[in-house]
Formats: sequence, C-alpha cells, structure tokens
Amino acid sequence: MGKNLRWKLLVILGVVALSVFAFYPPDQKVRLGLDLKGGVHLVLRVQTDDALRLLTDGTAEQLREQLRTAGLTGATVAPTSTTAFTVTGVPPEQDAVFRSALTTVELSYDRSSNGPGSYSFQMKPNIIVDNRESTVNQALQTIERRVNELGVAEPIVARHSAADQILVQLPGVTDVNRAKEIIRSTALLELRLVEQGPFPDEASAAQAYGGSVPPDIQIMPGRAEVAAAGQPAGAVYYALRRVPAVTGRDLRGATPQMDEYNRPAVGFNFNTEGAQKFGAFTGANIGRQLAVVLDGRVQTAPRIESRIDYDGRITGTFTAQEAADLALTLRSGALPASLTYLEERTVGPSLGAASVRAGVMAATGGLLLVMLFMVAYYKLSGFNALISITINLIILLGLMAYLGATMTLPGIAGFILTIGMGVDSNVLIFERIKEELATAKGVKQAVAAGFDRVFLTILDTHVASLISAAFLFQFGTGPIRGFATTLTIGLLSNVFTAVFVSRTMFELALSRRQATKLSI
Amino acid sequence: MRIFENANYNFIQWRWHAIAFSALIIVAGLVSIATRGLPLGIDFSGGTIVVLKFQQPVREDALRTALDAVPGEKVVQQYGESAANEWLVRLPEVTTEAGASLEQGARAVVDAVTKANVGQFEVISQEIVGPVIGADLQRKGIYATLASIVGITIYIGIRFRFAFAIGAIAATLHDVLVTLAVLTFFGYDLSLNIVAAILTITGYSVNDTIVIFDRVRENLRSKRRDSLEAVVNTSVNQTLSRTLITAGTTFMAVLALYVFGGEVLEGFAFTMLVGIISGTYSTVFIAAAIAIILSGKQAPGRPQAARKAS
Repeated sequence: MGKNLRWKLLVILGVVALSVFAFYPPDQKVRLGLDLKGGVHLVLRVQTDDALRLLTDGTAEQLREQLRTAGLTGATVAPTSTTAFTVTGVPPEQDAVFRSALTTVELSYDRSSNGPGSYSFQMKPNIIVDNRESTVNQALQTIERRVNELGVAEPIVARHSAADQILVQLPGVTDVNRAKEIIRSTALLELRLVEQGPFPDEASAAQAYGGSVPPDIQIMPGRAEVAAAGQPAGAVYYALRRVPAVTGRDLRGATPQMDEYNRPAVGFNFNTEGAQKFGAFTGANIGRQLAVVLDGRVQTAPRIESRIDYDGRITGTFTAQEAADLALTLRSGALPASLTYLEERTVGPSLGAASVRAGVMAATGGLLLVMLFMVAYYKLSGFNALISITINLIILLGLMAYLGATMTLPGIAGFILTIGMGVDSNVLIFERIKEELATAKGVKQAVAAGFDRVFLTILDTHVASLISAAFLFQFGTGPIRGFATTLTIGLLSNVFTAVFVSRTMFELALSRRQATKLSI
Repeated sequence: MRIFENANYNFIQWRWHAIAFSALIIVAGLVSIATRGLPLGIDFSGGTIVVLKFQQPVREDALRTALDAVPGEKVVQQYGESAANEWLVRLPEVTTEAGASLEQGARAVVDAVTKANVGQFEVISQEIVGPVIGADLQRKGIYATLASIVGITIYIGIRFRFAFAIGAIAATLHDVLVTLAVLTFFGYDLSLNIVAAILTITGYSVNDTIVIFDRVRENLRSKRRDSLEAVVNTSVNQTLSRTLITAGTTFMAVLALYVFGGEVLEGFAFTMLVGIISGTYSTVFIAAAIAIILSGKQAPGRPQAARKAS
C-alpha cells in the first residue's frame, strides 16, 4: 500500500468517525421536525394598525388636553383614521397659540390646512414604518416570553416571510387551543376610575351625559357581579375615565391566587414607579370605584377603601387554569397590538411516530433495492458503490446533526434522493470505466481515465441540482426546508464520496495485485 | 454485463415525432387545467384539513351523515390503510382572517363527529391555512420554480452553449408540464410537497441532460468532421445505459418511498415517479433535439462549445 493511499484511507476513516461521533446516538443528536415529533406550527399576523391607532388616539388626546390648558376651548380634535386626525374650529385670532402647541405633534405628523381654522394631521411615512416594525418586534418578544413560560422544549419564535408575520413552532405541545389562547391574549391591564355606573346598556350610560359622552370619558362593557347579586349574569356598562391611572406596563409580577370566597383569582403587584402612581391615585380617590379593565372589558370594579401602593387583585369567574394562564400573560407583558392566526398545522405525536417508522422503512427499502441491483449488475465494483453510498449517508447524518439541521418527513425523502444521486455518480463512473476498458487500456489506466473524464460531468450535474435546491430552500416552510437542507448536504457530501472515496476504494483493490481484469 | 452495448439507435431522427407526442400530453393537460382549473390543495387555496383516527372501524356514510351538520362543501376520504381507521375531512377556504373563525371549521368537524356518536376518536393532525398564506405560497411556488429554471439556464449557458441551455430548459419545462398534466389526470391536488417534488424534478431532469451535453461537448472535440446531429446521436447512445440505469435505480428508491412512505409522502413520491419517467424520456428525445434544431444554422462541430470545457 502506497503512502499516498494510506493517507487517503485515513482521511476517509477520520471523516466517517467524526460523522458517527456527531450523530450518535441519533435519537438525541438528530433534531426532528414538527411533522415527525408532533407539535404545532402557527403563523400569526400582528395587527400593526392597532398600534398606529393607539398612537394617533394618544396624540389627539394629548393635543386636546394641551389646547384646553391654552384656552382654545372652541377647537375640536378628532381622529379620522389609524394614522390621521383633524383639528377644527381654531379661532383665527388664536392661530399663533395653536401653532405653538404643535411642537411635539409635528415631530411625528405632517400638518396641512383645510381652510380657515381647520387642519388635518397625517402621520409621517417613516414614523409609520418605524412604528409597525417596533410593534412586530415587541409582539415577538412578548410571545417569546410567554412561550418560554409555557415550558416548551426547543420552541421557535421568529419573524416570518411578510413584514407583519410571526412564526411560532411548539414541538410536543398537545393542548393546542390553550397554547394559542396564551399567545394571542392581548393581556392589556388598565386601572381606571369609574365616573358613573354600572348601567344596564350602552345607551343609558350615554344618557347619563345627556346623550353626548365627553371626550375624556369612555363607556366600557363589564361583567355583572353575579356572585354578589345572586342574579343571572347580564351585560353591564361603566362610564370610565379615558386615561388609565396605571397600566400593565407598571406591573412587577402576577400570580394565581384565591379570593375571599375561595375562587381562583389573579393577584398582581407594581414596580416602584407604578406603586407611586397607584398610591397617589388611590389616596386621592378613597370611596370611589376603581375599574380593573382587561382587554377592554371591566373585570371588577371594587370601592377604594384606603390608599393602596403595591398590590391588587383581579377577581372573576375564572377556573384555576384560566387564572394561572392570565397570570402568565400578565407577567409576560401586554401585546402592543392584537394578533390573528393565518396558518395552523398540528401533528399529533402518534402520527409523527408513524411517519418516522414509514420514512425509515422507505429509506431502508430503497437502499436495499438499489444495493441489490448495484451488486448484481456491477459485481465486486457494486460493493464499492455500496460503501461510498453508505459513507455518504453517514456523512449526511453527521453534518445534519453537527449543523443542528432539522430532520423532517420530506427530509427523509431527501435521504432517498441522495441515495439516488450517489448511485447516479457511481453509475456514471462505472459506465465510463467500462468504455475505457473496451478501448483496451490497462485496468488502472481505465479506472483513472474513467474518474478523470467524469469529474466535470459530476461537478456540472451537482451544481445544477444545488441551484434548484437553493430555490427550494427559499420557497419552503419547515418541512420543505428540511428537504432542501438534506438534499444540499447530500449533494455536497456526494461529491466527496463518489469522487474521492470511490476512487480510493478502486485504488485499494488494485494496489495488491497486478490487475488485468476488473470485476465491473 | 452491459445493457445496450454499442447501442446505436437513431434517436435524433425521431425528434419531430417525440415533440409531437409530448405536445399532445402537455396540451391535453393544459386543456384539463384550463377547463377544470388547477386542483389546488389547502396549502395554496386555503382551507382546513382534519385527520381523525377512530378506535373502531367506522362506516363512511355514517361519518358523512355526521358531517352534514358542518356547512360548506366537504371532502371525506380514507387516510392511509383501511385498517388504520383514519379519515381525512377537508373543508373549503376560510373566508375571514379573524382568529376565531380560522379554526371554526376544524372545531365544527370535531363537534359534529362527537355529537353524532360515530365512535371514539382523536384528532391526529389538523391543518388550517388562511387565504393570506395560501396566496403567499402560490406566489412563492411559482417564483421558486421559475427562478430555479432561470438559474439553471444561466449556468448551462455559461458552461455550454446557449442553444444547449434552451434545450435543457425546454426539457425541464416539458417535465414540469407533463408531470402537472399527469397529476391532474390522476386527481392529485397541488400541495407544498408536490411543488417540492416538481422542483426536485427540475434538478433531476437537468442533471440527466447535462450528462448527455457533457458527452456532446467532449465528442465535438474528437469528432470534428461529423455533423452536430450525428455527434449528438452518438452521445445519446454512449450515455444510454447510464441514463437508463440511473433512472431505474432512482425509480426503485422512490418506489420504496411511494410504497412505504405513508400517506403524507404519497403525492410527493408519485410526482417524483412521473417526473423520473418524463425526465428520462425528455433527456433522450427532447433536450438534444431542441439543441440541434436551435443550433440549425451553426456550422457543426465548431470548437465553440469546447471553448469553456477545459
């Protein structure tokens, strides 16, 4: 055995050993996709318009307040869309005062005049883009926190193809509906002062203000206090102060608790800043009602008995699970905008396990069939092909485990196609060697010529296949990506095994004797 | 042992027959697609699929009756082997994007089957695709297929001559269209997996074609006096055994996938099987023929093709 050959063999053995080390034991090292492991795949859209509307409403509210303090009582500020609002009725003589009030507003909004005393404001395009972007990022972080609290192993929370989409993958999750609820609930907690109420319906609430509700008051639906009144539940409405005293942003924590009637409830406490605000607020409003508003619905409206600094509690008709989930979502923070589901794919663990069995069976069956044929047709050289294809599969598994690539059911199909590619390269080489042998060269020369002549062809075919695999990767979602990944890695390692390993095997077989015949 | 030892078939002579035959299948497929529409799976059209696994065998009509309560046009079919007692229910596209209504269909199916008391069951898989995602995937699927074809054309254009690139791409497009036609004849819905298989076919078909073109390039250098037609024909014959052995072994491997791979991969495997047959045929009959037709006026055997070969 030549020194050169020994080195080549060592390289091959080294690569095989490294690959086996990388994927062994396979049930721990090879990552399975959702379709094999079971779990849920969700694509959500962040309704970024919500965040824009919030910003516009807030700005309008602020401007209204500013104009009032500046004495511009005749002016009306009204939002017209998610990104625009109008101001009407500015007296001409006070135009200068009005303009001086606009300094902060005009940082984010473009002003245009609609005739005397009337202006419209439109959010600047770059502000809109920034806002949408940061809303999606905030939503992403919030979902990440919630998913982590759910205790799912190896979850994926990431931006999806379109700008406002988020992909969530939860392997092994069986209670899909609960997971979806937890991810989706806005969990916006607000504590607001009750001005009047409760009323039996919205109209009578408005009636209390003579039909037109002032801009700083908001009518919100609530839950009737069933247990206390002992009467059937019905809708109730409260007239609340529009600006909340404290919001969920000032929360430090939330935990499931029991209330005084031993019903599940959620307790929360504030951070220092929130405690200061809440303390001052409750201290100033002893004897009045405080509404605990969750996602635009009044949960409870207890009377403020004394100054409260740190703690509060949300009571209602929760089950223990609901209380625990609500505490979880409150802890992870409110979503900056509501979410809608665009896509949901759930695979039960039993179907996943069946798919693994079917895939392994198909791959083994395919490999056996192909190997039988190769040995029958190419005799001893067929074993050479067999070895190089097996090494190819070992390297493929090793690289996938090393790169942390995910194995999916279409990925198993990729394995089978890799077997096909491996066979193709070997057939290409063997047929060429046969042709070279027919031109009455020596065996060694024929083998060498066969490999040399076919190398460019193998390179060309592999590059072409890699191009289509690359676009496949671009196109695909989870399972298809798994397929593209497997195919790509398989193609790359096939160049190594078909050209280098297979040739070394031939050289090894031909090194021992003065070969005059080749079993091919 | 060698099959096709010293094969010498005149494939090129049959080029017009081959093109006519392929055109027939493709036109039939296109007519069927034009009249009935391309049957889209829920990945692209949007919709809901719920797969139920029953503990005991259930009668199909009992299940259908139970599902009468669910509005809309439903597809109910056996999923996998009949012994598995698995049934697939497909509902049409959900019209609204609102979160609650997206899953409404799936819930309605589960409720209806539970209520009708058909038998104990569990939901083993559930897929809900909203119209936004469906449209998005449609766009991406078309884009990926076209981009992959263009990318490969450019590569072959660089490595070989332009007429060859067109030949290879004609063969690839041929395979995509024939595969689509056969899929519609056999009533398969276009799904993500099937599009993945079609993209794989483009790679496979080009792969096959390149092997022949490579040989043409080589032969053009050694047999300068022969006409391009003769050189191409010789090259097709020289690589014929390789073409058929590769096609045969790949076909065997994919056949194993079709037989053992289970319901999820059945469409994928079927598409691959059709594509392998079409790809092999187009390699022999279509790709080279078109390359010759397009090279028509060029002086045969010009070393132009060999320019980049070394």
